[in-house]
Amino acid sequence: MIRFEGVAKRYRNGREALSNVNLHIAPGEMVYMTGRSGAGKSTVLKLIALLERPTRGQVTVAGANTGKLSARRVPAFRRNVGVVFQDHRLLIDRPVFDNVALPLIVAGSSLKEIDKRVRAALDQVGLLGSERMLPAELSVGEQQRVGIARAIISRPPILIADEPTGNLDPQLASEVMTLFRRLNEVGVTVVVATHDLHLVRESGLRTIVLENGHIAGTEPSGVLPVIEAKR
Amino acid sequence: MSGGLSGYLARHAHALLSSAGHLARSPVATIFTVLVMGLALALPLGLDVLVGNVRTATGDFSGAVSVSVFLKTGVAESRAEQLAKSARERTGVASVQLITAKQALAQFRAQSGFGDALDALEDNPLPHVLAITPKPANSNPADMESLSRYLKAWPEVDTVQLDGDWVARFNAILRLMHHALLLAAGLLALGVVAVVGNTIRLEIQNRRAEIEVTKLVGGTNGFVRRPFLYTGALYGCLGGLTAWLVVMVGIHLLTPATAHLAHSYGSNFTLAGPGIRDLQILIGSSTVLGWIGSWLATARHLARIDPGSG
Repeated sequence: MIRFEGVAKRYRNGREALSNVNLHIAPGEMVYMTGRSGAGKSTVLKLIALLERPTRGQVTVAGANTGKLSARRVPAFRRNVGVVFQDHRLLIDRPVFDNVALPLIVAGSSLKEIDKRVRAALDQVGLLGSERMLPAELSVGEQQRVGIARAIISRPPILIADEPTGNLDPQLASEVMTLFRRLNEVGVTVVVATHDLHLVRESGLRTIVLENGHIAGTEPSGVLPVIEAKR
Repeated sequence: MSGGLSGYLARHAHALLSSAGHLARSPVATIFTVLVMGLALALPLGLDVLVGNVRTATGDFSGAVSVSVFLKTGVAESRAEQLAKSARERTGVASVQLITAKQALAQFRAQSGFGDALDALEDNPLPHVLAITPKPANSNPADMESLSRYLKAWPEVDTVQLDGDWVARFNAILRLMHHALLLAAGLLALGVVAVVGNTIRLEIQNRRAEIEVTKLVGGTNGFVRRPFLYTGALYGCLGGLTAWLVVMVGIHLLTPATAHLAHSYGSNFTLAGPGIRDLQILIGSSTVLGWIGSWLATARHLARIDPGSG
């Protein structure tokens, strides 16, 4: 589903975020990605969501070589990847319903379909009844769940999340991760970047550890304690 | 996934409502922008109304254009009648009146008060005159000049006198005003495009986060552009409507003074405002101008915004 082959990414300011990264994530797999700040986790996610293109190497997502995808095909590609951000990226002047409905509006779904699926997605994240509320009227955890509802509403085959539990207390963090596990159980490929080693260790899932733009290893392989010791 | 026509309409309805919502949420900025556009559009509209009213007030001047053909003295009255008949048969001539030398002298005698002095004359010194009135469509300077050359070529003709030079000059002034109106309309149209373009550019900057999120979830440039195009078109439409209102208010305020002036000349003339067709053209063209301004701004600025570039 997701394959990185010899991928390097250098930003315009000259910083090399990734160098010679090779990884493969199978369809329907759920993996964690961890590492210190600046290790390259967010860059990997951006490359998967085609928010960035690799400077070198090849990124293949759902059969598409993202480096060679024309600008015209980028929007259609992005509809196949749900993205959850730590800062939610909600439209603060729009009610919950409009925020969650955005991917369906963009895709040209009918009003009836939009109404049905927004309610279903909000039900899935436990926010049914909050359709008319503005993001500012919700707690941080609820805002995160609105972001998740928006990411999953178009039923993308791939879901990526960048520090989705960063602003949440342990209870909410656990609820969000349970939600991701449920989505993974129905076939969605899930990639979660997180600092939370406790969550990672508890999950028992494959974990990709990044360090200075390289893959330092994958768990279970004894790398996590090394990362922890360096903190 | 796609809902066909329903989906297409949903996207456009969403874009239109989103645009209208944005305008309504910032009423002061919207009012000022619309007012600037309305005043800019009111100027050419007002000039157009002015030219139209001047034309109406001065009436159809074609009747005031005429040609006086003075025949040589000694030309027989029967020959003068033949010449009058020939003139009537020429294309573009509405009427020909023959004023014989005898009629002219009688008229002069009656009006001048020199009756006794005229009695002392042995011969009538006045010539026969053909008073020719051209058809309205042939009252223009070119046709009048052509008619004059035709008449001068007759050997019996002494002098041809055009009596409508002032009308030609007046029409030339009206034509000049019309050209000035077109020039002003063109320049102000560019101004409207620039105002809308700049407003939309600021709007794009203010809504950068929204644009990034929309592109993040798969929104195309076309999808992102659509509400801005609707916003530009709405600005244009409201600007056109404002221009129409400004001109109508102006006419309402000037009507009593104009009627008073016209009455002093014995006329029932009243100011006429832009008609329904003028309103349709104004709203249509201002909407298109708003759309163009918006399209130029979005084409320049939207492609630069991408969720990955933030």
